[in-house]
Amino acid sequence: MSRLLSVEGLTTRFPLAGVHVPIVDESTFAIDRGEVLALVGESGCGKSMTALSIMRLVPKPGRIHSGRVELLGRDLLGLSVTEMRAVRGGRISMIFQEPMTSLNPVMRCGDQVVEAIRLHDEVSRKDALARCRELFVQVGIPDPDARLRAYPHQLSGGLKQRVMIAMALSTRPELLIADEPTTALDVTIQAQILRQLLELRREIGMSILLITHDLGIVNELADRVAVMYAGRIIEQGERTDVLGRALHPYTQGLLRSMPALATPGRRLPEIPGVVPSPAEWPMGCRFATRCQLAEDRCRREVPGATARSDNHVASCHAVEEGRAQAPAGGEPEGAAR
Amino acid sequence: MEAWVFSNIVVAILITAAVGLTGVVLRSRMWSNAFLSLWRRRRVAIIAIGFYVLVALLDSVSWVGGEQFGEDAVAKYQAQSILDRAFAGIRERSYSAPLASVEFYGGAPLVHPGRHLLGTDLLGRDVLHLALKGARVALLIGGLTSLIAIPLALLFGVSAGYFGGRIDDFVFFIMSTLASMPGLLLLITLIMVMGKSTFSVCIALAVTGWVGFCRVSRGETIKLRELEYISAARALGVGEMRIIFRHILPNLAHLVIITFVLMFSGLVLSEAILSWLGIGVDGSWGQMIDQARDELSRDPIVWWNISAAGSALFGLILAVNFVGDALRDVMDPRTLREGE
Repeated sequence: MSRLLSVEGLTTRFPLAGVHVPIVDESTFAIDRGEVLALVGESGCGKSMTALSIMRLVPKPGRIHSGRVELLGRDLLGLSVTEMRAVRGGRISMIFQEPMTSLNPVMRCGDQVVEAIRLHDEVSRKDALARCRELFVQVGIPDPDARLRAYPHQLSGGLKQRVMIAMALSTRPELLIADEPTTALDVTIQAQILRQLLELRREIGMSILLITHDLGIVNELADRVAVMYAGRIIEQGERTDVLGRALHPYTQGLLRSMPALATPGRRLPEIPGVVPSPAEWPMGCRFATRCQLAEDRCRREVPGATARSDNHVASCHAVEEGRAQAPAGGEPEGAAR
Repeated sequence: MEAWVFSNIVVAILITAAVGLTGVVLRSRMWSNAFLSLWRRRRVAIIAIGFYVLVALLDSVSWVGGEQFGEDAVAKYQAQSILDRAFAGIRERSYSAPLASVEFYGGAPLVHPGRHLLGTDLLGRDVLHLALKGARVALLIGGLTSLIAIPLALLFGVSAGYFGGRIDDFVFFIMSTLASMPGLLLLITLIMVMGKSTFSVCIALAVTGWVGFCRVSRGETIKLRELEYISAARALGVGEMRIIFRHILPNLAHLVIITFVLMFSGLVLSEAILSWLGIGVDGSWGQMIDQARDELSRDPIVWWNISAAGSALFGLILAVNFVGDALRDVMDPRTLREGE
C-alpha cells in the first residue's frame, strides 16, 4: 500500500492566558491508501483540532505552529489559500459530529450537494443533480428524488448524516475525515452508517481518518489506531496490537475500563484523577499526574517514541525502561459491543 | 428627467416587483404558508396597509395637462397625479368645517358646499385631499430610508461579524461614534448640510438609524459563523464570499423582514418629529400637524386639520406595528419549520 497522507511534528497552538499552549503537540502519523486510521481519545484531547489542522481550518485564535502535512508528497501547509480550497472537498473531505446543524436550514438538500459538486467539477446543474441522486442511492437514502427537494428540517438525524456523507463523497476524495460521525445518532443508525462507510471505502478506495472516543467502533472499523492524550499521540499501531497488546499505561487503563471486558458484579476499574486542562499540562509526560508508574523522570522529560515492533509505537518512559506492566487488553473481538 | 416621469417609472417598477414577488410567494410553500398565517392573524391591518399603499400609488402616477383644471394657470402646466385630479377644482377661499356649506368665519357661502368631508384649511385646501397625499410621503420616507439603512447595516454588520478582528473593531468604532452623538442633533446637522429635501431627510434618518440593526446582524452573523454548516461549507472548499451570500445572508432573511417592518413605523414617526422642528418633508402628516397646531388656539377651535393628519398617521403606524408583531411570530424560524 502506498502512503496517502503523512503528518510530521504537527503542532497547533492556542493562546491561553498569555501562553501559547500546544493543543496539538508534535503529532506524527501516516495514512496509507484505502486504510482506516482511528484517532482515539477523550473529549478535548485535540482529536478534532488535529483534523482541522490537516484541513487548515483551525479556528481563531489558534494557529498551526510547525510541522508538515503531506498529501501524496505535497505539503498542504505550504499551499496558497486558493490551492488549499481546491484540496478541501476535492481531495480531502470532512464530515462532522452534529448532523442536525451541519446542513444549511434554508437550502434544499439537493442544492447543497449540487453546490459541492459544482465547486470542484465543471458540470451543468442537471448533471450535478443526476450525480447527486446517484450518491443518495449509494449512501442508502430511501426515496432519493423526494429527499433532493427536501429541506434539512424535514429529514431525520440519520438521513441528514447520510446527506453529509453524500456531500463529502461527491467529489470522490482520497481521504475522508470523519469527526465522530455517529456520536449524535442512536445505536441502530450508528451501525448502519458505519457499515455504509466501510462499504463505500471498498467501492471508492478512499482512506478514512476516523475520529472517535468509542473503542467499540474502533474495533469494528479501524485498520490502525492512534491514541491521543492531552494533545499528544501516546501510542499507535495496528488495531490488533493497540487493542490487544496495549503498551502505554493510559491505553491499558482505557481498555480495562471498557464494560465488555469487566468482570460482572465488580465495580468498573477507572483511571484515577481527571484530564488536566491545557493550562495545567505538566512539563514531562502529560499522563504523569495520573499514572501509577510515574517517576521523577516522567514529570521532567517528555518521553520519546519507543517502538515495540515496526508498527507499534508508544511514548512512555516506563515502556522504554521495561518497567511497564505486561501488555494488557482483551481479545480485540471481545472488545466489540 | 422630470420628477413626475421618474415617479411614474418607479411605480411601474414597484408594480412589476410586487407581481414577481407574489409569484415567488405562491410558488414556495414556505412563503405562502407564512403569508397565509399572517393573513389569518392580521386581516384588518393588512387591508389597511393595502389601502395606504393604493392611495400612495394613485398619488404617484401623474402627467401634465387635463381639462379639469380649467382656468387654474399654475395647475394646468404642472404634473398632476390621479389623486390630485380626483380632488381638482374644489378649492375654497378659507376655512370650512367638515361637510359645511358656509365658511367658518363670516358665514359666506362655499363654492362647493357639502363636498369637503373633512373640511378645508386656512388656504381653502381640502383636508381629506391633504391627508391622503400624506400617505405617499410617509411610505416614501419609511421605504426609502429602510432601503438605505438596512443594506448599510447588513454590509457593516455581516462583515464585522464574519471576519472579526480589525474589521470588527472598525465597524464598532463607527457604531459607537454614531451612538454617542445625540440622534436628533445629528439629524438636524445632516439635514442642514444636505439641504431640505425628501431625499436628504431619508439619508439623514438612515445614517442615524442603521446602527441598531447593524448590531443585531453582527451578533447573528457571529452565531451563524460558528455553526457546523458553515464549517462544513469551508471544509468543502467554499470561498468566503460564497459562504456569506449563500449561507449567511439567506439565514438572516427573517431578521431583515422583521426589522424592515418595525423600522418603517419608527421612521414615519421620526419624520413627524422633524416636521415639528421645521425640517420635515413637504406635504407630510408631520407638517400638517405642525401647521394645525396654531389652529388649535382659535376660538371656536379648528380641530379637523390636526385630527385628520393625526388619525391618518396613527392608522398607518398601528397597522404596520400590528403586522410587524404578527410577522415576528410567523417568521420565527422555529414556527416556520413546523408550518411544513
